[in-house]
Amino acid sequence: MPRWLRALWLLLCAIVALPALAQSEPAFPPLSGRVVDAAKILSPKQVQQLTQLSADAEKASTRQLVVATIPDLQGYAIEDYGYRLGRAWGIGQKDANNGIILIVAPKERKVRIEVGYGLEPIMTDALASVIINQTILPRFRDGDMGGGIVAGAQAIADQLKAPLEAAEQRAQAAGATRTKKQDSVGDWMVAAFWIIVVIVIVLPMMFGRGRGRRFGGGGVPPVIIWGPGWGSGGGGGGWGSGGSSWGGGNDSFSGGGGSFGGGGASGDW
Amino acid sequence: MIRRYVAPVMLALPLAACGLNSVPTAEETAKARWADVQNEYQRRADLIPNLVSTVKGYAKQESSVLIGVTQARADANRIVVSGDELSNPAKVQQFERAQNAVTLSLQRLQEAYPDLKSNQNFLSLQSQLEGTENRITIARRDYNQAVQDYNTRIRTFPDAIGAKVFYGAKPLVPFQATTPGAETAPTVNFNS
Repeated sequence: MPRWLRALWLLLCAIVALPALAQSEPAFPPLSGRVVDAAKILSPKQVQQLTQLSADAEKASTRQLVVATIPDLQGYAIEDYGYRLGRAWGIGQKDANNGIILIVAPKERKVRIEVGYGLEPIMTDALASVIINQTILPRFRDGDMGGGIVAGAQAIADQLKAPLEAAEQRAQAAGATRTKKQDSVGDWMVAAFWIIVVIVIVLPMMFGRGRGRRFGGGGVPPVIIWGPGWGSGGGGGGWGSGGSSWGGGNDSFSGGGGSFGGGGASGDW
Repeated sequence: MIRRYVAPVMLALPLAACGLNSVPTAEETAKARWADVQNEYQRRADLIPNLVSTVKGYAKQESSVLIGVTQARADANRIVVSGDELSNPAKVQQFERAQNAVTLSLQRLQEAYPDLKSNQNFLSLQSQLEGTENRITIARRDYNQAVQDYNTRIRTFPDAIGAKVFYGAKPLVPFQATTPGAETAPTVNFNS
């Protein structure tokens, strides 16, 4: 291999690797369920209680409430860590951004309610601050971590019973028709389908005319219009509202793709 | 016959590959993120009158610090940078300076009235202000990310061809800390 070719190859590799280097993100624990007790401060009973609380809230309103205990913020401020965590996990429905995370970092002695874009009018910064200062922190200061988290989550869940915002209503309506998450494999299936449609139907239509083959104008187009990926809206929502995919257990829980923009409040003890 | 259909496709493909679509897409994304930044600053500007009247009610007299906040807010509200002006460094820096003046005046206000923390009204405003500053930080970071993406795109192969030939694209200006001491985050802390 000539030297310049090798240099070119190295350059190419560097270009490909560059975007990966540019992103500096903290390491997040995996989203293992509605309650991610990575810092191991909750009892099994409390985890079950919180899971039920979150499942009920989502069933009633599509709003996703997740409780996370983080063993180490890796030097990030909790505000900084929180919104990145929310985006990484994609809590909340995609088009409504109605996720909320109660984050507790026992090592740094910090707590935060991270609110998704769509819930900011409902869970205002002021209210989040009140919940933290009046419900959660007094219990934390008494050493009752689990009790403080449960009481705080309860207060949040109560507020999540507020009427749905317009975007959430749309997301809920769309959710009723969606059943399963469309991952990238699904997208490839859609692409493959369309390629086949083009080869089998469109190309013969275009080139077959010369040989006298004619397609009636009314017969084919409906088939094309109602291919996969079009009728379902092609969204990323993956919660199957109304279905039994998550039932009440937390094994199949996943974020709906909601985003976060720094709403909420923090506190320390 | 075949050429009639294939030729446009053959022509369109290289065009699409050299940034005909991706350059405007990246530019619009950056502009949208900029709108978010302005939105968050506006939110802060809207909070300030409440804050000022609360402090006024508490302090019973108008201090120079309070006037400074009102003045800085008024100055900052006059400077608006539209999406099309984002490639103009002077304009963007002017905006940054004006908003930083507001940040500084708010800091001074909090230093001037340390015992306001007993005021419930003020505590609620404090949490909103904290949230707003946090949102501003994130909006700015997202904007800078979009700008980086756009600026990289218009200067790297193959999109650079399209960017130069069709759009004459200029790099956008990222948000920078321009005030001295701005790298230390403004603390909204009334305990000290």
